[in-house]
Amino acid sequence: MTTLPEKTDRKLGLVIDLDTCVGCHACVVSCKGWNTENYGAPLSDQDPYGADPSGTFLNRVHSYEVQPEEGAAQLIHFPKSCLHCEDAPCVTVCPTGASYKRVEDGIVLVNESACIGCGLCAWACPYGAREMDAAEGVMKKCTLCVDRIYNVNLPEEDRVPACVRTCPAGARHFGDLGDPESDVSKLVEERGGMDLMPEQGTKPVNKYLPPRPKDELDQVDVLAPYLQPVAEEPKGFIGWLDRTLEKL
Amino acid sequence: MHPAPSVIIFTTLSGLGFGLLAWLGLGFPEVTGWVAFTFFAIAYALAVGGLVSSTFHLGHPERALLAFTQWRTSWLSREGVVSVATLLVMAVYGAGLVFWGESWRLLGVIGAVLSLGTVFCTAMIYAQMDTVPRWKTPLTPLLYLMLSVAGGALLAGQVKAAMLLLPLAAAAQVLWWMRGDGAFAQSGTTLATATGLGGTGKVRSFEHPHTGSNYLLREFTFQVGRKHATKLRSIAMLLGYVLPFSLLIMPFSHALALVAVLSHLAGVAASRWLFFAEAEHVVGLYYGKR
Ligand code: SF4
Ligand code: SF4
Ligand code: SF4
Repeated sequence: MTTLPEKTDRKLGLVIDLDTCVGCHACVVSCKGWNTENYGAPLSDQDPYGADPSGTFLNRVHSYEVQPEEGAAQLIHFPKSCLHCEDAPCVTVCPTGASYKRVEDGIVLVNESACIGCGLCAWACPYGAREMDAAEGVMKKCTLCVDRIYNVNLPEEDRVPACVRTCPAGARHFGDLGDPESDVSKLVEERGGMDLMPEQGTKPVNKYLPPRPKDELDQVDVLAPYLQPVAEEPKGFIGWLDRTLEKL
Repeated sequence: MHPAPSVIIFTTLSGLGFGLLAWLGLGFPEVTGWVAFTFFAIAYALAVGGLVSSTFHLGHPERALLAFTQWRTSWLSREGVVSVATLLVMAVYGAGLVFWGESWRLLGVIGAVLSLGTVFCTAMIYAQMDTVPRWKTPLTPLLYLMLSVAGGALLAGQVKAAMLLLPLAAAAQVLWWMRGDGAFAQSGTTLATATGLGGTGKVRSFEHPHTGSNYLLREFTFQVGRKHATKLRSIAMLLGYVLPFSLLIMPFSHALALVAVLSHLAGVAASRWLFFAEAEHVVGLYYGKR
């Protein structure tokens, strides 16, 4: 059903720390690895080793440069996957009911056996979180690793999304953002977690932690005088050599 | 947005087909027998041909029946339901005209309303998209409806009505373009709001997540050059409105009427190509486009 639930029992989602993400793309690889073998159709690649490779991914890492008025620019790595929006426009536009938001935990999923591959949901998502699989002709998106987080066959420490489990920098956190007492909610509170494109009215569940301001060192550079550029024009023997060589 | 031929053909042809059905439903022209049959055949060929072409871009057309289920929230689903209802009602109404020479007026009026309802639903699929500011305006359904009734009048041989509606449709078109050109900037969505990083400085896309292309880039970041777009707008204006209108002023002949219809069709197709090609999706921001 494409009618959005009034409210969900829990709001499971991710908190992504833009301060600690090092842009290693490990989450991209682990996400693709887990999701191509598990829930739903595999994530296909087209011409993977050829001149024009392209493929389906549920999570991608952008990199942005932020140039302040003064001082050096900052480079920020920016992982992006489905934000499991509360007012998910991708769900309501779906004509078949393939797209839905779960009442129990708020996860937005696609029932691939009902998807006609019209692509309208991807049009409605402002974040580019949905990609049509070119081989299967169905819509793929982040499942919040629904087949890991409740999977009793996995050791307890693995019952988190693959991207969260993999991140070597600890930049991705998973939890219930509907519970103000949860670790993720506290983290968002403490670090001023933000929504992406709040003006689009999607009410994303996933939050982003802004990068912390960089240190400013008030340092006196004692070496500076010694590092002045040397004379441009060579003199003495070197000068003579230089001039002679020039003539040859 | 990527201007997919199947969607351009669909919206152009079916818009015209449902426009003609609306006129027929209202009894303009009041025809029966073979003449009615011809009119209805043309209208159904356009409307159904358009609908069929729209299934070409589906990944799984064999599941298309499911698309009738979510009319509570989805304009695409509503379009499906209303279009089928239109075709059924108008089939009964048309059969009355063709076989019994009877005009069941009430049925015709219902059919006409449903016809325009279909066009409205089509337009709303686009007009509801917050992600494409150029489309997100009541002017979008206005434009689609104007084009449908003007084109329908032309096809139905309603010369007087067409001479009034063509300039009105042209005005809606110009208005839609003028508003559209500033719509993205007006929407307030920028790379700064998309990343939340605007507070500390100017944000620039430094590196894409992938070196190759992907679905998002193919589907959403199509861009037309300004010069190219201006040229196409002139062509759409000329073929879609100016030429058909001039032909209508001349003494009526079937050949000229045919040229007027074909010219209008070509003009609307050009305008529809631009409708998609010029539409900027906000996701392009993440890739440093816009
Ligand atoms: S991020 Fe996009 S795909 Fe995910 S719930 Fe929000 S609108 Fe839908
Ligand atoms: S692509 Fe599939 S999930 Fe998306 S709107 Fe169409 S039918 Fe629904
Ligand atoms: S939660 Fe799972 S599906 Fe979603 S981005 Fe992470 S690994 Fe991919």
